Amino acid sequence: MSRQSVAAAHKKIQELSWEPMYHEPVKHYGTDYTFQKAQKRDPLKQVLRSYFPMQEEKDHRVYGASDGAIRGNMFRQVQERWMEWQKLFLSIIPLPEISAARAMPLLFRTVPNPELHNGQAIQMIDEVRHSTIQQNLKRLYMNNYIDPAGFNNSLRNFQSDYCGTIGRQFAEGFITGDAITAASIYLTIVAETAFTNTLFVAMPAEAAANGDYLLPTVFHSVQSDESRHISNGYATLLMALSDESNHQLLERDLRYAWWNNHRVVDAAIGTFIEYGTKDRRKDRESYAEMWRRWIYDDYYRSYLVPLEKYGLVIPHDLIEEAWNQIWNKGYVHEVAQFFATGWLANYWRIDAMTDKDFEWFEHKYPGWYNKYGKWWENYNRLATPNGHNPIVFEDVDYVYPHRCWTCMVPCLVREDMVMAEVDGQWRTYCHEMCKWTDETAFRPTYMGRETPNMGKLIGKREWETLYHEWNWADVVSDMGFVRDDGKTMVAQPHLNLDPKKMWTLDHMRRCPPLLSPNVLLNQMSAEDRDAFHADYIKQGPAGRSSGSPKP
Amino acid sequence: MTDVQETVQERSFPKPVFTDAEAGAKEFPDSTARRYNYYEPAKRKQSHYEDVTVEVQPDPRHYLSQGWLYGFADGKGGYPLEWTALKAWGSDRPLPERGPGSGGKGYDWPAHGWHEFRDPNEEWELTLYRYNANVVRQMTQNIQVARQAKAFEQWNPNWIRFVEQHVGAWMHPEHGLGLYLFANANRRAPTNMHNNAISVNSMHKIRFAQDLALYNLTLSEEIDGFDGAAHVETWNSDPTWQGVRRTAEALTGIDDWCEAIFAANVIFEPLVGELFRSNLVQQAAAGNGDFVTPTVVGAGEYDYAQRDLRYTRAMFQLLTSDREFAEHNKSIMAQWLSNWVPQCLDAARTLQPLWSLPDSKPPRFEDGLDRAKNRFQGILSDLDLQVPEELAQ
Repeated sequence: MSRQSVAAAHKKIQELSWEPMYHEPVKHYGTDYTFQKAQKRDPLKQVLRSYFPMQEEKDHRVYGASDGAIRGNMFRQVQERWMEWQKLFLSIIPLPEISAARAMPLLFRTVPNPELHNGQAIQMIDEVRHSTIQQNLKRLYMNNYIDPAGFNNSLRNFQSDYCGTIGRQFAEGFITGDAITAASIYLTIVAETAFTNTLFVAMPAEAAANGDYLLPTVFHSVQSDESRHISNGYATLLMALSDESNHQLLERDLRYAWWNNHRVVDAAIGTFIEYGTKDRRKDRESYAEMWRRWIYDDYYRSYLVPLEKYGLVIPHDLIEEAWNQIWNKGYVHEVAQFFATGWLANYWRIDAMTDKDFEWFEHKYPGWYNKYGKWWENYNRLATPNGHNPIVFEDVDYVYPHRCWTCMVPCLVREDMVMAEVDGQWRTYCHEMCKWTDETAFRPTYMGRETPNMGKLIGKREWETLYHEWNWADVVSDMGFVRDDGKTMVAQPHLNLDPKKMWTLDHMRRCPPLLSPNVLLNQMSAEDRDAFHADYIKQGPAGRSSGSPKP
Repeated sequence: MTDVQETVQERSFPKPVFTDAEAGAKEFPDSTARRYNYYEPAKRKQSHYEDVTVEVQPDPRHYLSQGWLYGFADGKGGYPLEWTALKAWGSDRPLPERGPGSGGKGYDWPAHGWHEFRDPNEEWELTLYRYNANVVRQMTQNIQVARQAKAFEQWNPNWIRFVEQHVGAWMHPEHGLGLYLFANANRRAPTNMHNNAISVNSMHKIRFAQDLALYNLTLSEEIDGFDGAAHVETWNSDPTWQGVRRTAEALTGIDDWCEAIFAANVIFEPLVGELFRSNLVQQAAAGNGDFVTPTVVGAGEYDYAQRDLRYTRAMFQLLTSDREFAEHNKSIMAQWLSNWVPQCLDAARTLQPLWSLPDSKPPRFEDGLDRAKNRFQGILSDLDLQVPEELAQ
């Protein structure tokens, strides 16, 4: 067998599939797309005889590096500022990975091409690999990094925290709703093809610069599988394009998936790379520069645009708008500032920015200091408890934002915030596109066309609602973000592990109660609501109130 | 000669900084809390397998405070418990009500009995790649040495036909069930422990199907006149195989994920799969001069007997001994047995003519079927289930 060529072996395994003669396989998932049976080739050309040893060899390298990191005391030189953000990232990412595994069966009955099913099954088990190898990496961090808090209750944290909820879209979007929208367009065409570049290539490079070479070891190994998954998506996309009636749905789904991925992934990974690093060399790439390279050039110009000739309507406007958000509207900086504002609701420690960081930001994003510098100085000033409350309650000219009903990231670019009464509830959206996603895309009809298989936005989408009028000590206890002395919080707005410098539930007890912006919005009269909106869109940047002078 | 002045531009690279951020460097609250604290282990200590598996798939019944965020068109998100008729304790408790000021808490972990399942094979990525890589490596070596030893020249013509048509035909149910039953079911179960075990089962079957296909390709290259396409014709139109095919197709049509796993691994595999593999191919091969085929088929047999059946048994034992729903579950499984045992026995009996094809005969079909039935009864006994009367047909 060993002498057989991959091509011959792959051709042979095509004999395995068969058309049912007596009973059809169960059809659990629906789609509004239509597919003609087509002999599209399996782009992976992967045969398990070679696949398993290949993956085992990749594992040898990963686990060898893990052993080496421990023996070589890697944790003596990792930056705590960086590692703390991994508590968030590694609590989120195993679920999207395993959800991608769970998504593959959505395509079996909806994409009538048995040859592609082979590649999808291999992607399924790849994703099991990714999820468990990432859980294992987190376990290693928990065991060897100075502060295990946040790693040790990781998956409970992830399920009860608003950041976890934002991240979960990057998982639940793969496994529900229209099978093609979810498992093909959102998962493989956008999430994997565009955004794994920043997730699994750009971010690990930053980890290495912060003394952690295990994250690159694991995630580059993961990324070597992603390139195969991208081929799966491409083959399905070409099949979908061959039927003109799908073009309208493809346009809808690309717009939704692109925008949601931008809102979620750029928020998280942008923050990690820009605010989690200690590497402030002026010639290292900023997130905006990485985005331009990995997403704008590699994905948009090299992958998406060439598909235009096959009839795919590319959301050029949204790609430019995402860039506009990152470059001109400070999207990543606004998100990082919000995470730090709300540090007390989190399960990791957030380091303050220093003069060295300010200099780098100013160099990379001219005008940054005038917008954000003062606030970060205040953050630093208020970092350790000294008779004051956490920064969110102090007068630092920051208006606590409303949350976007769709992407669940707060409406941080204030001028873009829009509102609508949908399904009997007033909702705020961070951008017109998120409003469109809720009002127009996720509905059973789209532009007059029946779309009965389209999914629904469900759940308690505003985290603050659950804790409306609660005392903050009770909020933090309810979520379980408390250390083993029963009072010190997992989260801290600094990196000092001296227990006397750490915030406790006692400090939280004296804070004002948590109030849900959405509950309050729905209690307003029509006039008050209009006035609230008019004021909101005059706020910012950096959360400034509407009356503050603009930088 | 003139001296060339070279300007060397200093390379830019991050500088290592010693931070002393390793475990034990300081004492503070949680500084020694180095275990995942959000689940209870099945045994005294948390296993590596549990650490990489438990809770990755969330549950609104305990920690998932904001609930599922994306639903199907019917509004159902995540992994609804009603995707199977079986129930584990706690299944009937209402979903925790959450709304303005409710807080985020649900029921205490685990909230219901489904979360108590652990795969006894403790499969995660490290184990599954090691296991399957070992299998394919060993199998490749076995076949390679057989080629070098000209082992296939010892096969008599009847056995060559038997292998090309009937051993070859078995690749089809393995592939079909691997993809459309097992891989399909990996989206359906309510915990990560179930779905990971099921996805590994799926890969065993797809790998074994490919093992048979590639072995078939080797035989086409090694044996003059070996018809590498005969297995397709056999699977499509040989009446001996239509019972297996009808049953395999019916299995892929099952809506309830537990029923699908139960019907495949508890009923079909012992009564049809092992009957064909262990009680025919493995018994007949040696007498017909073939020491190679049993090593290929034996790998698939080991997948099922030692690993896939093992997790299946643990999964259903929990349900038949459930503190709240044991009787409910047993009565549903009894219905499944009544439905699927006759279909599988019919498929088994339709295979009977195969026993008379080889020159050197294997033990009688009826003896093989008796062994398969005994094996099946043993599995039911392990699960505390009654043997259905249909078995005596």
